[in-house]
Amino acid sequence: MSLHGLAMRDAYLESVWREMSNNRLIFFLSADFGSPVLDKIRRDFPDRFLNVGIAEQNLINVAAGLAIEGHTVFAYAIAPFITMRCYEQLRVNMSLLSEVRPMNVNLIGVGVGYSYVVSGPTHQCYEDVSIMRALPNFQILSPADHIAASALFDQHVNSVGLKYFRFDAQPLPAVYADPSLVSADGFCVHRRGEKVCLIASGFMLHTSLEVSNELESNSQKIGVIDIFNLTNFASESLAKALESYDVVVSCEEGFRDRGGLDALISSVVSEYGLSLKILKIGVNPGYSFDIGSRFELHQKAGIGKSSILEEITPLLEKGRGS
Amino acid sequence: MDGSKQVSDNFLKNKSLWAWKETLLIHRRAPETRLASSLSSVEIFVALYYGGVLQFDALNPLWDGRDRCIISKGHGSICMYPILSDLGFFPSEELKRVCKSGSFLGGIPDPVIPGYETVNGSLGHGLGVSSGIALALKQRKSSSQVFVVVGDGELHEGSNWEAIMFASHNKLDNLNLVVDDNGISMLDYTDQILSHSNIKERLESFGWDCIEVDGHDVVQVKDVLLKRKRSNNGKPKAIIAKTIKGRGVPGLENNSLSHIINPSQDLLDDLLEGAT
Repeated sequence: MSLHGLAMRDAYLESVWREMSNNRLIFFLSADFGSPVLDKIRRDFPDRFLNVGIAEQNLINVAAGLAIEGHTVFAYAIAPFITMRCYEQLRVNMSLLSEVRPMNVNLIGVGVGYSYVVSGPTHQCYEDVSIMRALPNFQILSPADHIAASALFDQHVNSVGLKYFRFDAQPLPAVYADPSLVSADGFCVHRRGEKVCLIASGFMLHTSLEVSNELESNSQKIGVIDIFNLTNFASESLAKALESYDVVVSCEEGFRDRGGLDALISSVVSEYGLSLKILKIGVNPGYSFDIGSRFELHQKAGIGKSSILEEITPLLEKGRGS
Repeated sequence: MDGSKQVSDNFLKNKSLWAWKETLLIHRRAPETRLASSLSSVEIFVALYYGGVLQFDALNPLWDGRDRCIISKGHGSICMYPILSDLGFFPSEELKRVCKSGSFLGGIPDPVIPGYETVNGSLGHGLGVSSGIALALKQRKSSSQVFVVVGDGELHEGSNWEAIMFASHNKLDNLNLVVDDNGISMLDYTDQILSHSNIKERLESFGWDCIEVDGHDVVQVKDVLLKRKRSNNGKPKAIIAKTIKGRGVPGLENNSLSHIINPSQDLLDDLLEGAT
């Protein structure tokens, strides 16, 4: 497995392409959004691929119509557009209609967080977790590398229901040497430690591992957890994984305190009565027009490695020797 | 139901009058329902369901061989309650419980009602979903067709025009759009709000096969729907039914605020007494 691997979308679309040979019911819709692997789907399955044009409302409505007729539907677009441009279509014709009409729909949103680095706030996406969490019947799948993206495809392709796969736009280093770690629990403990545990999803898992590496070189061990199913995870197991820590740090590449990962963690902590503090690392709600590398954007937003280290170092120091 | 079954013109006219009357009765019991927009669509639904246009099985509403009837203008389809019940989709006693606690018949119909395929109420959704259904039916070479009833007011929603482009580009000639063109939305004449008096020309310019009919001539509506159901020329089909919002109710007919006006109980009683 190469360190930098594939983009999540390419690994996932490769799996879709493979499955389309076996499963005649798969239909693939794109809102004029492509990828090299998508070219194979267009070439090999022209009768089950449609570009609906730059028309996300219709993308979702057509997907719903195909799905209630028994197709397994994949709908593909840039993340902010497939969640926000057509939010009421998602609500009415998927979330609501699926209460009475079963459907297998797989939304693929590419470009979460700052991953369209220089495209600015229209193409970046800091709100999708919170708004998609608000829609009943949707699962939110948020892999941290291409191996997890493929594993999540395998787990969910045949399950009837609504799924939103949120992918980083950039190829990220592989962290899942073993795809079985992408388990049905919806989360994976990557590091165990003391006092502080970082919990992250997608790109922020990589930042969290870097934070952990840096501290480890100073003989300080912290926990790192990847949560890749942001709706249907084993909450009791997650609570058990967190209970020994003093502080859990939610690390998200989205708005802080707006119903995203930090709200999810708060809910677990409160539901299981865990006696620990929650530290929320996320983007201060507001839009920025800064141009820079992702590293620079993260530093400015206060979600980069050094910001997290700055926040948690005192917490580790405080307990030392006591 | 066998779609080829012939019915007499008088049968359809009598059913239309009966459905109109039943709609008034429901509104009398449940003033939360939208009367005016339900009266403009009576003959459209009678033609579809009694005129042999739609294939359906009331005891198995999701029978695969059915034609799909998508009702996008949900508020304005209360006349469907008596029709569906008369055809055996659900018992007629339910009509007395519209909007009452525990009933499945609300002020705006939901897809829990046998015979309703999708969610409506929020406007501008039916045509896009219908396009997806039509695509699926074509994909499996089904002879079933899709009929979708929209109001002219909801054509202000841009999502419709995305679907209108999509359907013609993808040659969905198994898709039949029926526009209940009553010319009024909630607060005003649609032409005063955002003019589209030339719906036919607009749809034609998007590649649709269109025809205008008198939406209250149930025989004409039936004949046109049946004829066009049999013709497949690669174009999606639209019937623009010219109708009168609040038809038959003095004070509602052509009143720009008829959507939100409730006629008095006395007036409803008089109308019901006079309807034979």
